[in-house]
Amino acid sequence: MAPHLDSAYGLARYLCRDAASAEDIAQDALLKAFAGFDGFRGGSPRAWLLAIVRNAYIDWGRRSRARRESGAPHLGMYDAADVADADTPTPEAALIARGDAMALRGAIEALDEPFRETLVLRDIEGLNYQQIAEITGAPVGTVMSRLSRARRALTDRLSPAEGIRE
Amino acid sequence: MNACSDKTLLLHALVDNELDVASVASLRGHVAGCAGCAAELRELQAFKSLLADARVRHDPPPAWREWALSLVERNEARGRRRGFAPWIAGGSVAAVAASIALALLPPLATAPLPDELVAGQIRSLQAEHLLDVPTSDRHVVKPWFNGKVDFAPPVVDLAVRGFPLAGGRLDYIAGRTVAAIVYRRHAHIINLFVWPGQSPETPATIRRQGYSLIRWGRGGLSYWAVSDIDPNDLAAFQQQFAAATR
Repeated sequence: MAPHLDSAYGLARYLCRDAASAEDIAQDALLKAFAGFDGFRGGSPRAWLLAIVRNAYIDWGRRSRARRESGAPHLGMYDAADVADADTPTPEAALIARGDAMALRGAIEALDEPFRETLVLRDIEGLNYQQIAEITGAPVGTVMSRLSRARRALTDRLSPAEGIRE
Repeated sequence: MNACSDKTLLLHALVDNELDVASVASLRGHVAGCAGCAAELRELQAFKSLLADARVRHDPPPAWREWALSLVERNEARGRRRGFAPWIAGGSVAAVAASIALALLPPLATAPLPDELVAGQIRSLQAEHLLDVPTSDRHVVKPWFNGKVDFAPPVVDLAVRGFPLAGGRLDYIAGRTVAAIVYRRHAHIINLFVWPGQSPETPATIRRQGYSLIRWGRGGLSYWAVSDIDPNDLAAFQQQFAAATR
């Protein structure tokens, strides 16, 4: 009934990987949207709103990092070298193999940020390459290679029994 | 079994509907004879349907959604004027259409839109991007847009008026997919960009970087003709096209 609102929350949730913080980030984004920040200039209102969500997430990440001096956990923004965290527990992979959506969520959240946000914007929010490029500030070619690597990483987790290709 | 390394990204683009018709045909031809790419394509399609499961989405908690909806309501009056509140709440198609029209009617001389259109014209002259559907048959061009854009651009053949139809393609202008109908004038190209909007019927002309642009509206569609031909010739084209679609 309110698809864009749900998308705003859903993206924030996948970006920050924390339910309470997602509410804060999505709330911040909606207030900014209504305040007319990042002025809307035509095009997809959904892509526009999701861009504001992403910016609100980045602001939130900066505040978190500032707080890290007092011991808050590090949330890893664009600084990990690999596509996914190294060790996914086997029981989780087995759950995914049975099509468990909860486990699928966990596998998406295990992707490192550039790959995770690209995958969520494309495969969950349904934005096109150009829109994702504009939102993430990456060239379309980079969007494509991130998407390909993110899908490969997830697919390999989804079918552990068949062995990992390559 | 592996997909060909130079085809991997194309296969992703195929399942994401990001390829033009020519690339789709050529890739499908390759996949038909390549077991590795065929397996990769099946895997990608299965992956897409897995992620399409609604339970993969995170829905907001009821309290948050209630707060957000009340925010939308509080902003509704202002939003109706400025055009974005109904969109955020997923408003009616009519509201969206009306707002797109507002958003796409900037002051002609200073707007970034003409620059984007000129860029579209220049892009179209670079290799491989002019035509997704290269044919002078308007009965082919018009249906080709079906399902690719959410409106029906009128396609008329003006060959007898000196503007033969060359074909059509999709382009991306001002944040949305638009139809581009391509005409020829001697050795020159005219790009006619079309999308839903409420431009005035009276044509308005501007010049940018040596190109002429003419904007007009009709029947809920906005038209921008862009070309490097003589401005008087482009004006003649506009008159012929408008007359043929009247």
